[in-house]
Amino acid sequence: MSEPLLKVEQLCKSFGGVVATDNLDFDVMPGEIHAVIGPNGAGKTTFVAQIAGMLKSDSGSITFDGNDIAGKTAPERSHMGLARSFQITSVFKNFTALENVALSIQAHAGHSFKFWKRASGDKTLIEPAQKILDDVGLGDKALNLAGNLAHGQQRQLEIAMALATSPKMLLLDEPTAGMGTEESEIMRKFLNDLKGDYSMLLIEHDMDTVFSLADRVTVLVYGRGIATGTPKEIRNNAEVRSAYLGEDE
Amino acid sequence: MLSKLKLSILIGSFLILAALPMVAESEMIDEPFYIDLMARVMIFSIAAMSLDFILGYGAMISFGHALYLGLGTYAVGIMAHYELTNGWMQLLVCISGTAFIAFILGLISLRTSGIYFIMITFALAQMFYFLGISLEAFGGDDGLPIDTRSEFFSFFDLNETWNMYYLILGTLVVAALVLWKIINSRFGMVVRGSHSNDARMQAIGFPTFKYRLAAFVIAGVVCGLAGFLLGNLTEFLTPEYMHWFRSGELMIMVMVGGMGTLFGPLFGAFAYLMMEDFLANFTEYWQFYFGPILILLVLFAKQGLWGMLPGKEDISDE
Ligand SMILES: Nc1ncnc2c1ncn2[C@@H]1O[C@H](COP(=O)(O)OP(=O)(O)OP(=O)(O)O)[C@@H](O)[C@H]1O
Ligand SMILES: [Mg+2]
Repeated sequence: MSEPLLKVEQLCKSFGGVVATDNLDFDVMPGEIHAVIGPNGAGKTTFVAQIAGMLKSDSGSITFDGNDIAGKTAPERSHMGLARSFQITSVFKNFTALENVALSIQAHAGHSFKFWKRASGDKTLIEPAQKILDDVGLGDKALNLAGNLAHGQQRQLEIAMALATSPKMLLLDEPTAGMGTEESEIMRKFLNDLKGDYSMLLIEHDMDTVFSLADRVTVLVYGRGIATGTPKEIRNNAEVRSAYLGEDE
Repeated sequence: MLSKLKLSILIGSFLILAALPMVAESEMIDEPFYIDLMARVMIFSIAAMSLDFILGYGAMISFGHALYLGLGTYAVGIMAHYELTNGWMQLLVCISGTAFIAFILGLISLRTSGIYFIMITFALAQMFYFLGISLEAFGGDDGLPIDTRSEFFSFFDLNETWNMYYLILGTLVVAALVLWKIINSRFGMVVRGSHSNDARMQAIGFPTFKYRLAAFVIAGVVCGLAGFLLGNLTEFLTPEYMHWFRSGELMIMVMVGGMGTLFGPLFGAFAYLMMEDFLANFTEYWQFYFGPILILLVLFAKQGLWGMLPGKEDISDE
């Protein structure tokens, strides 16, 4: 078996008395979708923020693509090939959809100490950005302000921005958050299309999405991984049922 | 892009400014005093515009921006005091000096955000103000006359009112154009993006700190140039320009004109200084009356005077 692309060992993070990540071991194989589920406040978003470099871990190690990334900043990790999306939609609302994606491309097209040429007329940014928007099905919304897009479209734009950084791995924090069933369905299809091309850490509350997309699932409760396995194993795991799934049924 | 209307208003204003000395000195009007008044307005326009560059587009709410206005006048004043009156040399010292100080102060203050940023920029600028007061060699808090204006070309004597006036107008036009280009460049997109959502910018791969710092330095240098002109125009060096009250005035000019519009503050400076002039004729407590006007404006026109014009395409992201 090949090496995991992402390997997390004994990761810890507390906020005062609250333990958000508790000696967590976790890995994602190349091309794999590894989902993380767990009740509200389990520490899922905290975990993503630690991997993406926005929160400093108290202890433990994170290895990505063979490198220890503990000391790297968030932008450095982005350049190594880690891209995250946010649970709370974080698109640039007063930029157009096209400008949002172009900004991601710009971030990976050399330094930005370029003071003169108009960025929104720059073909080397606009053309690839348009292509990505076409790919995610937002092509005809390119010139709309991101803030004017429907919620589901903003969630898609959120992922388009991550894709535009040409990542090796996507960290997706509840891509279907706040979506209706129809929008969720579109997002699920979209993620299914990406499957195989990108490794993913997928956080998701919607069990249908998790069980249809994930290769493996880890259940997080109070920052601890209480079980990891295939979707089928997780569904049949008694501890998981009582700790988490049971609450929903 | 600017709407046609806004572009026309802008170009029209510059043309009026260009024609003003001739009109003011014509026999019919004969009020040369207006030339000096508008020269002053234009200098504060440059300063306010430079503040809007970081405040409106980068959410760096600097409450110490007038510091750079003061530093510019000190550059001219101190050098003139030692009979170093070569304008190019003074300009070089002014630019490199304000750039250096803005770099250091940015390095300190940009590590904070929100109210802390406001407070720290305020405190650092006040430090320089008190330093100015304590410099007896340059007149302490009384200030010091500047005997000689900067000398650039033999055929362009700044003691000629018109030359001084057109130097200021030229600087204003160039500064407006350059800052506008920067705002719409790749660099400008980074600054505006980080205003809107810094965490997001970092997540997509921008080390935003150094871009924000560079923007802070650019704003400082442009404001320093305004100070350079101010020293020459008033022929006087005083720490008073570094006082927080002046920084507050610049903020008001930006708000009145329209935050994050770049050109709005030109009109904000004009409106503020005219209002000051006008109200001061009636009462020495003119600020008392200015306050409510300001509040009304901020309540009813979020984007200030400039925002009252139709066409919203030049609003910065927030
Ligand atoms: N910045 C912070 N400061 C203090 N406590 C925090 C902070 N961020 C998260 N927490 C706490 O850490 C715990 C884990 O929060 P986190 O947001 O990671 O959970 P989550 O699994 O993403 O929840 P949800 O399903 O609601 O998104 C919670 O108890 C939360 O209150
Ligand atoms: Mg969360």
